[in-house]
Amino acid sequence: MSTVMKPEAQTIKLGEMPDSRGHFGPYGGRFVAETLMEPIEELRQAYERFRDDADFQAEFDADLKHYVGRPSPLYFAERLSNKLGGARIYLKREDLNHTGAHKINNTIGQALVARRMGKTRIIAETGAGQHGVASATIAARLGLECVVYMGAEDIQRQAPNVYRMRLLGAEVVAVTSGSRTLKDALNEAMRDWVTNVDDTFYIIGTVAGPHPYPMMVRDFQAIIGREARQQIQQLTGRLPDALVACVGGGSNAIGLFYPFLEDAGVAIYGVEAAGFGLDSGKHSAPLCVGKPGVLHGNRTYLMEDQDGQIIETHSISAGLDYPGVGPEHAWLKDIGRAEYVAVTDDEAMAGFHELTRVEGIIPALESSHALAYVSKLAPTMGKDQNIIVNLSGRGDKDINTVAKLEGITL
Amino acid sequence: MSRIAERFAALQSAKRKALIPFITAGDPQPSLTVPLMHAMVEAGADILELGVPFSDPMAEGPVIQAACERALVHHVSLLQVIAMVQAFRKRDKDTPVVLMGYLNPVEIMGYRAFAQQASAAGVDGLITVDLPPEEAHDLVAELKEVGIDPVFLVAPTSHDERIKSICELDSGFVYYVSLKGVTGAHTLDINAVKQKLSEIRKHAHTPIGVGFGIKDATTAAQVADIADAVVVGSAVVKCVAENIGHDDKITDEIQNLLRSMRAAMDKQTASARVA
Repeated sequence: MSTVMKPEAQTIKLGEMPDSRGHFGPYGGRFVAETLMEPIEELRQAYERFRDDADFQAEFDADLKHYVGRPSPLYFAERLSNKLGGARIYLKREDLNHTGAHKINNTIGQALVARRMGKTRIIAETGAGQHGVASATIAARLGLECVVYMGAEDIQRQAPNVYRMRLLGAEVVAVTSGSRTLKDALNEAMRDWVTNVDDTFYIIGTVAGPHPYPMMVRDFQAIIGREARQQIQQLTGRLPDALVACVGGGSNAIGLFYPFLEDAGVAIYGVEAAGFGLDSGKHSAPLCVGKPGVLHGNRTYLMEDQDGQIIETHSISAGLDYPGVGPEHAWLKDIGRAEYVAVTDDEAMAGFHELTRVEGIIPALESSHALAYVSKLAPTMGKDQNIIVNLSGRGDKDINTVAKLEGITL
Repeated sequence: MSRIAERFAALQSAKRKALIPFITAGDPQPSLTVPLMHAMVEAGADILELGVPFSDPMAEGPVIQAACERALVHHVSLLQVIAMVQAFRKRDKDTPVVLMGYLNPVEIMGYRAFAQQASAAGVDGLITVDLPPEEAHDLVAELKEVGIDPVFLVAPTSHDERIKSICELDSGFVYYVSLKGVTGAHTLDINAVKQKLSEIRKHAHTPIGVGFGIKDATTAAQVADIADAVVVGSAVVKCVAENIGHDDKITDEIQNLLRSMRAAMDKQTASARVA
């Protein structure tokens, strides 16, 4: 029996984006100051060489196995599934990685690229501190100098992670410009990069920024989806019916989604942070209610006002508190391959408590957004259907935030 | 011939170099911008660069970042900046005005709408810091349609092939960023700049301006000796930052700075002629 493909399916292979200039449809690209154009082109060439280099891949794979602890388990959350009374829920346990989240997959990949390019100094931006910790960790392991830019507001909110980075030998620089949060830390890291471009490598923490970053970070995170695809087939004998992951910049989500993009029977849901509600204006949901624009090196959906100024975002989860999103998500939204939804702070908190009490796993507040959506989705599906949720990080870092919300002083 | 080309032609026949000061529109408040533009022309500016405030000015150092923040307190939009140029044009029909900013405000307005309204208001050029030539095709087409010059940046890291493609797309003047870094950074290395300018001249069909790191009359004169135009940003904006609340003092200090630069530049070019 022959398969009839739609013309558009023949011309665009979902797994073969971006194009040679970094475009996912109208999104992505390179929107940076001229000084950075040569360095990012050098990076693209270097990365494409290493991507096909057996030595590089072997080194990366060995680090993922022995340093990070991969493969991370795919865990059947039986009690949660029974409680929700619908689909069977499988958790991809990125929370069990070294440093407690998926971020380390990417920082190891980029740090290995940096070292092979002869760079001696790495810089990173961080919001909640997870990417900063993951960058400081790999810098310590490779003996590289590390500077982490962090909004002054976030430094106040995430003191334990700031101390962890300093213990690891990183310099943490407080950013006091603009809204003093993640987007301003990114601006400041770009300013450092443009100034110290000869010896410095910028490890971007998510699937955003100028080409090749969205592609490169996705490739490093795609280990999540490749493992999950194999694991679910071993456990259930088939592909899952749905994937769910939280989306801030979107690196854990694209890591899970990417190896399934061409599997038309797998529904894909990205969950943004609705904060106090999508009508409140205080949220971080550019895909749900933003508009396309250009920021931080790429064209994508943004939270912006009518003049094109970037507006301040809100989420209970610092890791989702960002006004943009990776360009591949923008494209997957427009072509309808993935559906993007949002859950509020309160719903995420309920998801946090539910997993903690029912499964004995304390999830990160970021991942709690994905869990909150699963608690809506699973009951609408059959008991013979399967969902994979990316449990992108563990919640130890969030216990102060949660305790404070409940009026408890630790 | 565009107003920018006319101005450079006139300067060339007078054997003078262009002085191009920068202020952020709406800093410290919108009502001062047009008077400051006239004051800068009176003090010897040949072309004006007007910054469009943006919430995330990634290429700016602390001085111009703070200027953006002061302007955004007043919600100064791209439309208002265009209106300021229109107001300036009531009294000054000749001095070219170049807008400098980031792509997103132009993107939200729409390329065609921006080109038409800016052109009607008397805008002569546009520098978009985060728009390299690779992504600029559509915007350049709209700008050229209405006779606005797209001005591109060349950096110390730009190699020969890139310089060539930038110069092909560029009109008005080429803007050489004299150092790796943000605006208002260290002092520039004049010999390194000189060497790069000779590489750029091989491809440029327009005059070459140099900006970033020009702080005072001495550096302005050094740059005037080797380039066609001297762009001064953070040093001007500092005069604003240090005198908030005293509009007369802001105006006086900017005029003093520009007059000292103008005099040093003219002295330099005159002595170069004699030599």
